[in-house]
Amino acid sequence: MRALTWHGKHDVRVENAPDPEIVNPRDAIIEVTSTAICGSDLHLYDAVIPGVAKGDILGHEFMGRVVETGPKSTLQKGQRVVVPFTISCGSCFFCKASLYSACDNSNPVEKQDASEMLYGHAMSGLFGYSHLTGGYPGGQAEYVRVPFSDVGPIVVPDGVPDEQVLFLSDILPTGWMAAENCDIQPGDTVAVWGCGPVGLFAVQSALLMGAGKVIAIDHYPHRLELARRLGAEVIDFKQTHVLEALMEMSGGLGPDAVIDAVGMESHGFAPDNLLDSAKQRIGIGADSAHALRMALMAVRKGGRVSVPGVYGGMADKFPLGALMEKGLQIRTGQTHVQRYTKELLHRIMEGEIDTTFLISHRLPLEEAALGYRNFHDSQDEWTKVVLTP
Amino acid sequence: MHRRKTDIVTITGLAALAIGAAAITRMMNEAKDRPPDSAPGRTAKQSRFGRYVVAGRTVTIDAPRDRIHAVWHDPEQLVRFMQDLRAVERGPGDEMTWVIATPGGDARVRTRLVEDRPGEALAWRSVEGSDFDIEAKVQLRDAPAGRGTEVEAHVAWRPHWGVAGQWAAKLRRVDPRTRGRHELKRLKMLLETGEIATNANQRNA
Ligand SMILES: NC(=O)c1ccc[n+]([C@@H]2O[C@H](COP(=O)([O-])OP(=O)(O)OC[C@H]3O[C@@H](n4cnc5c(N)ncnc54)[C@H](O)[C@@H]3O)[C@@H](O)[C@H]2O)c1
Ligand SMILES: [Zn+2]
Ligand SMILES: [Zn+2]
Repeated sequence: MRALTWHGKHDVRVENAPDPEIVNPRDAIIEVTSTAICGSDLHLYDAVIPGVAKGDILGHEFMGRVVETGPKSTLQKGQRVVVPFTISCGSCFFCKASLYSACDNSNPVEKQDASEMLYGHAMSGLFGYSHLTGGYPGGQAEYVRVPFSDVGPIVVPDGVPDEQVLFLSDILPTGWMAAENCDIQPGDTVAVWGCGPVGLFAVQSALLMGAGKVIAIDHYPHRLELARRLGAEVIDFKQTHVLEALMEMSGGLGPDAVIDAVGMESHGFAPDNLLDSAKQRIGIGADSAHALRMALMAVRKGGRVSVPGVYGGMADKFPLGALMEKGLQIRTGQTHVQRYTKELLHRIMEGEIDTTFLISHRLPLEEAALGYRNFHDSQDEWTKVVLTP
Repeated sequence: MHRRKTDIVTITGLAALAIGAAAITRMMNEAKDRPPDSAPGRTAKQSRFGRYVVAGRTVTIDAPRDRIHAVWHDPEQLVRFMQDLRAVERGPGDEMTWVIATPGGDARVRTRLVEDRPGEALAWRSVEGSDFDIEAKVQLRDAPAGRGTEVEAHVAWRPHWGVAGQWAAKLRRVDPRTRGRHELKRLKMLLETGEIATNANQRNA
């Protein structure tokens, strides 16, 4: 089959790879019909996430048709499914508590040692990401082996176009969980850093959950415009003092809740950010936490901090004092995708949520490398790339 | 001048060493004088087990105690989750021999089952002629809040060639500590999900 593989910083290629087979009884093989490039893939593209190996197949946002099933799979050949990027067994302590991204049984044991050392606990398996999370071959390919296919994939009816449901695999639930983690009370003001796919879906979700005002922050005019169309007020951090503006736009109180939908590769010329990216380049203090620092400073006393943005290592100059003295609450994590897919599919079918506005470019899988380059270099216009094998 | 400088360096170095050694001795004595805490012995900062290396690990498995106990009597299941275990041979008498593939050829660990309390505990001790001097114990307890069973595995072994051998084993990832951890996690996967997670895309990979 053809698949997009990683070869190093800013070097991804579409190559031949062996077709996947059923390995475990609960597996299914999916023939991919649509797959997307995610902001999380850019962290791999920039080589700031440890544990990616040459030749790894990337991609964790995908859907397709079931072509083969193991004896314990509950899927049927021919069914259309969207596959969550989190691999979860459905029966461990964490899965039972619907903390699917914390599954104990999906990361191969030899792969667990590294995260156990790095984070104190072993991480679960994810598709097409680092070997810290299993090194599972990903979905930017013609076929994917899907473990625990009786738990993860959600069956979608024929007739619904791929583009309406593809993002159930990651960014739609991620934006939704980001807003849910804000514990929004009616009328709350919510500030969102980053108007990428995750930030935009967080804006949409926060409004659906009853926020009175959502303020979106970025520096790309087109992305800010998309946020405005969803109903947000916007701040361009290249033209405005963000902290001051947020205070003024929230009656001097500060936002009730804040969302960091930027993650470890924050842009901008703030001094802390320059220092962070310099360290990131030479490989120490891996995470650039500028957006998170700002969010912690901006949020009101006793406010809620939600962090869907991905971090992988350590951060310096973390405003611990602001966290403690203001009595903040932080909630974060890889999304518990399986917890949300049913409800969100329902909302899509009811026409409450549209996801297609996000897609700026459609490319054949063969041109995936071009998609990566442009999604990375021309973020303003390239808001989301969908690939078709 | 040059000579003096070296002397000063040496003296300060020695002084630092002495202070360091004193601090370590003090810490050791402090630890010795303390009343024992509730933590398992293997988590102590200093080994209390002489020439034996001791390792252990607890995992919670969502399965009843009897079912987990039975696994340890079933060679077919043992070879599924124990790394490089090729076979378990029974006899002579109540002996059990664990045949383990190692980079240097098969190792034969000959043991006797010295404890076997259904649903509670099992223990093995190596006998004369075994390739390893080792003792292993598995204890089963009900986990709180209906979470299943806390399975605690505990191994004490005498490394070949002392500390050097222990490091060599660690580097080859065949030391009982790493093995034990991996094996318990695989057992958990097998009992909770019916399979063992792998990222392999091919059956014979
Ligand atoms: N938690 C999860 O499960 C999960 C899932 C998917 C993605 N993510 C993470 O969410 C983050 C966003 O993903 P995405 O797909 O939207 O990525 P993206 O790269 O498309 O978007 C990030 C946006 O943040 C903006 N930005 C950068 N620095 C900023 C700053 N200092 N202030 C304000 N905005 C700034 C960028 O201009 C860009 O528009 C990434 O870190 C990604 O890894 C997490
Ligand atoms: Zn993603
Ligand atoms: Zn699980």
